[in-house]
Amino acid sequence: MDAKRLERLEKKYKKSADRQLETPPKKHGPGPGPRHGGPGRMGGAKPKDAGKALKRIFSYIEADRIKLVFVLFCVILNTVASLAGSYMLRPIINGLTEEGGSVQKLFGSIVLMAGIYLVGVTASYLQARIMIGVSQGALQRIRNDLFGKVQKLPVRFYDTNSYGDIMSRFSNDVDAIGEMMNNTIVQVISAVISVTGTFALMLYTNVWLTLITIVMLPLMMKAAGFVGKRSQKYYKAQQAALGTLNGYIEETVTGQKVVKVFCHEETAEEEFHYLNRDLRDKQIKAQFFGGIMGPVMGNFSQISYSLTACIGGLLCVLRGFDLGGLTVFVNYSRQFSRPINELSMQMNTIFSALAGAERVFAMMDEAPECEDKEDAVGIAEKDGRFYWEIPEEQEKYTYRKEQPELKPEVVLQNVYFGYNPDKTILKHITLYAKPGQKIAFVGSTGAGKTTITNLLNRFYDIGQGCISIDGIDIQDIRRDDLRRNVAMVLQDTHLFTGTVRENIRYGRLDATDEEVVEAAKTASAHSFIMRLEHGYDTMLEGDGANLSQGQRQLLNIARAAISKAPILILDEATSSVDTRTERHIEKGMDRLMADRTTFVIAHRLSTVRNANAIMVLENGEIIERGDHEELLAQKGRYYELYTGLSELD
Amino acid sequence: MKKYWKYVKPYLPAFIIGPILMITEVIGEVLLPSLMADIINIGAANQDVPYIIGRGIIMVLTAVVMMIGGVGGAYFSAKASISFAADLREDVFKKVQQFSFSNIDTFSTGSLVTRLTNDITQVQNVLMMMLRLMLRAPGMLIGAVIMAFVMNASLATIILIVIPLLGLAIACVIRVGFPRFDTMQKKIDRLNSTVQEALTNVRVIKSFVRGSYEEERFQESNRDLKEASLHAFRVVILMMPIMMLAMNVTTLAVVWFGGKQILAGSMPVGDLTAFTTYIVQVLMSLMMLAMVLLQSSRAVASLKRINEVLHTEIDLTDEKAARKDAEVTNGKIEFKNVSFRYYKNNHEKVLDDISFVVEPGQTVGIIGSTGSGKTTLVQMIPRLYDVDDGQVLVDDIDVRDYSLKHLRNGVGMVLQKNVLFSGTILENLQWGDEEAGEEQVMEAARAAQADDFVKSFTDGYETELGQGGVNVSGGQKQRLCIARALLKKPKILILDDSTSAVDTATEKRIRESFGTTLKDTTKLIIAQRITSVMDSDLILVLEEGRIAGMGKHEDLMSACIPYQEIYNSQMEAAKEAGALQNVKEVQA
Repeated sequence: MDAKRLERLEKKYKKSADRQLETPPKKHGPGPGPRHGGPGRMGGAKPKDAGKALKRIFSYIEADRIKLVFVLFCVILNTVASLAGSYMLRPIINGLTEEGGSVQKLFGSIVLMAGIYLVGVTASYLQARIMIGVSQGALQRIRNDLFGKVQKLPVRFYDTNSYGDIMSRFSNDVDAIGEMMNNTIVQVISAVISVTGTFALMLYTNVWLTLITIVMLPLMMKAAGFVGKRSQKYYKAQQAALGTLNGYIEETVTGQKVVKVFCHEETAEEEFHYLNRDLRDKQIKAQFFGGIMGPVMGNFSQISYSLTACIGGLLCVLRGFDLGGLTVFVNYSRQFSRPINELSMQMNTIFSALAGAERVFAMMDEAPECEDKEDAVGIAEKDGRFYWEIPEEQEKYTYRKEQPELKPEVVLQNVYFGYNPDKTILKHITLYAKPGQKIAFVGSTGAGKTTITNLLNRFYDIGQGCISIDGIDIQDIRRDDLRRNVAMVLQDTHLFTGTVRENIRYGRLDATDEEVVEAAKTASAHSFIMRLEHGYDTMLEGDGANLSQGQRQLLNIARAAISKAPILILDEATSSVDTRTERHIEKGMDRLMADRTTFVIAHRLSTVRNANAIMVLENGEIIERGDHEELLAQKGRYYELYTGLSELD
Repeated sequence: MKKYWKYVKPYLPAFIIGPILMITEVIGEVLLPSLMADIINIGAANQDVPYIIGRGIIMVLTAVVMMIGGVGGAYFSAKASISFAADLREDVFKKVQQFSFSNIDTFSTGSLVTRLTNDITQVQNVLMMMLRLMLRAPGMLIGAVIMAFVMNASLATIILIVIPLLGLAIACVIRVGFPRFDTMQKKIDRLNSTVQEALTNVRVIKSFVRGSYEEERFQESNRDLKEASLHAFRVVILMMPIMMLAMNVTTLAVVWFGGKQILAGSMPVGDLTAFTTYIVQVLMSLMMLAMVLLQSSRAVASLKRINEVLHTEIDLTDEKAARKDAEVTNGKIEFKNVSFRYYKNNHEKVLDDISFVVEPGQTVGIIGSTGSGKTTLVQMIPRLYDVDDGQVLVDDIDVRDYSLKHLRNGVGMVLQKNVLFSGTILENLQWGDEEAGEEQVMEAARAAQADDFVKSFTDGYETELGQGGVNVSGGQKQRLCIARALLKKPKILILDDSTSAVDTATEKRIRESFGTTLKDTTKLIIAQRITSVMDSDLILVLEEGRIAGMGKHEDLMSACIPYQEIYNSQMEAAKEAGALQNVKEVQA
């Protein structure tokens, strides 16, 4: 195959490979316990401020302080018990070899040992049991806090962060924290204690033999460094190749039908073969270096063990070192390196947990939607009518108390807005919508139509100018009340897992079954719902994948219809409904819009023809306005669009 | 298992050498304690310095050999398992390439990608672990038991009592724990889908002010997850204390019975140390075995999902094609009483008794509301699906008698849901014809009215498209897709609603250029806009899978009610605009 083409292929998918590197894949699965094979999450992200993240993690378990102290106590008890248990062998063996050894003495030692062991086992169980409770509770609180934040963050946040990224904070990042809490904390403490304890006991048992261990230690470290460095390097290469291949697979499988139509299967197989082989070669290296860490370290400690045995034996002969001492010492020399190995493995877990924690906390620290003003105006509903609730301390709108009924007259006055301060999207937007009027926005993609409607329900707050309802600035209205009274039907149809009925009722939770049917009829959705297998009780899974796009749009309309909100926004609400069906549902739509002040965005100009006023937007400005006839007569942009002389997209 | 033999066979040496090398490590590990016992029992007891040094050197050498064995074992097991997985992945990918459209429909894209990536990686990891531990864990178990028996048979019986007890305990933990982890995984999935839904629907939730309602729902599934996790973990955390307990009890028994033997003079004291080491080894290998079992059950699930792909029956092949050498030369199309359903157990037919004939070079417009079967109908021509009843003939040969390659090379198709691939525009267009030079590519682009805007890009035809062609607008993408299909120089060209995002003026120019450059090509055009199909040689009006009208525009206007409805719904606008224009002109 053409080498140059393959080089391109690699470059093409490198981007996705780089992304892969930033968040290494994480395996899920039952059971804690030692991880075998694979260098874990080497090359994973490093936390920026470890101390801060750690402190914040601890703030989640602080409430269980007493339990934590008890856990700490158990860890110490367990570690000390295991050290003491193995040290017990020394007097036992010495007692057996020296003169005057007896079964009674042996029995006494055994009973003592059994006692120590029992304490150790009990402590080990209690520590795990309590820690699990503490860590799961903390994880639950972290997740709740995070989700609570999801609800409070402004829409702006979701424009700049991908869902996948946020999802991975919920799953991968929280899991990483969980893993650290479940195992690492306890293991680190116990490793530190047992290393110091073992070392102290080694020194106490025999200083000379301890020297061997001390000499071997830097050698082991060096070997570990050598292997670790290579393993990390090849692991990175492997992840990059894996990312490339995954990117290729994803793209090809997504476009599989096109591949087939163009008989491109063979080329795809060739390209895949190359990438697959490349991954294989890199993976073998990575997994090899990842896999030898264990044997290399393990066998270094075997060498250390052998040296200790040999020199210890010599010491027994030449210096009168006791046999019991030798026995426990060789055991110690094996035990000594184990916690060090474990600690080095835990480092990766700790790093990714802290990095994960930082990402989680960063999201929690995002600025939420601003608070309502203290004297914010409320909106209340009574018998299908809506009333302003002006608080006592609110002085600006006292005149409204005389005339409390809400009859949505929406005014935009000289509104300027930009998603970024340096880039203005909307300029000088001024318009009046009298109660019950229908205002339409027309213009090409990116002209700012959707942006205007997003300002009405305060998904974004405007930079300059004023938007008011019945003369009340929407910034002075309680945000929840405002949104409750602005029903939206969005272009992207989103449904929830649940029955059709539940999805429609989402618009107003206390709606009766009759009202649900009524709303569905208004949206012309009733007839297709009745044709579904279980009618209104049909379960919609995964965003209503079992419905056509047009049907989903009708359900969205029904959801808006059931809410009694006096202001209605239809953003491309019928774009996927074909023209004939659209004509059939026109009546229902008219009924829906009858008593409401409505803002309509439509690609298809036939849907906006009967609006009271049509605003033609271009580059964030209203360039033409008027009703259908007036605009056609102007022979401007609207005329061009309407007669198909120019392109909308 | 037999079907995996072909992935093992080329790497058989690695599959064998890996575990064998691992065994050297085991043998060393089992030998070392007995050498140590020799130092104490013989060397120290007899004050024999050379003996001690000799044994010491043997021990160190053993450890070095073990290290070599371990490293070699790691290499061969990595090589074996990774090569196995790479070959398997390649086969799965090839299988997917063979999939028919209906095969593709049964798997979601996401699930196919997961099977090709995560599932295979899972299998690879478990295979590697098994190669490393397969002989090691049982080998160590057996070796340690043998050594213990050789050393002191009566003391070794203790191990034989403990092993089954411990095995039983571990089995119990797994038996009880496993279903609990399954439940936990389900709760995790549920939590994730709750989050996902809340994220994708964030605007809906905000506009209906349902934040606290969603929070309640989340908290409920979060609480469920916590309960399920605790339920599962509570079992697993028993593992460690059970292990410790087993180890402790055995040590105590060894020290007690061994101590009595030492006192009685029937056992050398050095054996006691060796014995405690063997106990640890035996118990550790049991633990490892349990781990392997746990892991492999996960790999089995992955393997099952991979098998689903490998075992999918390709329901559309050209194996039985009678005229494999035939190529599409003229472009005549004939449907004879064609019926089709996507789901064979469904009553409702998507196409119901469709018959028509298209002569070479004709232009056919197809129109009808969504779900009326337009796309399905045209997909029968390049045999993307097979008819249930009836026949589709191209150049008077049943499409099932062509080789798929010849048929599809003769039929160019622009799909409704079309994709471009990452790479340059030139590379994308060359999908139609790999040999095409720049001049030919530009010619096709001109015919599809794409040349102008491509040239307006700084890099022209070398402009890189992002994945899925994200950096061109909808209308531009559609024009590129048309150019790509034109490069195939097909005898039959199908456009499935492929100009919906292109403005009417440009669309008209595309149609005009077809009239000159594709004179001999049979063209089928599905469209929403009636203006796109009005001047076709033949218009098919589809309604609920049946032909509701067929003929030229004038015929249909007088005879076909659905056609008139569509026409009226769309033309009022234009007429009105035209009328206004006339009025203005008259006034002027």
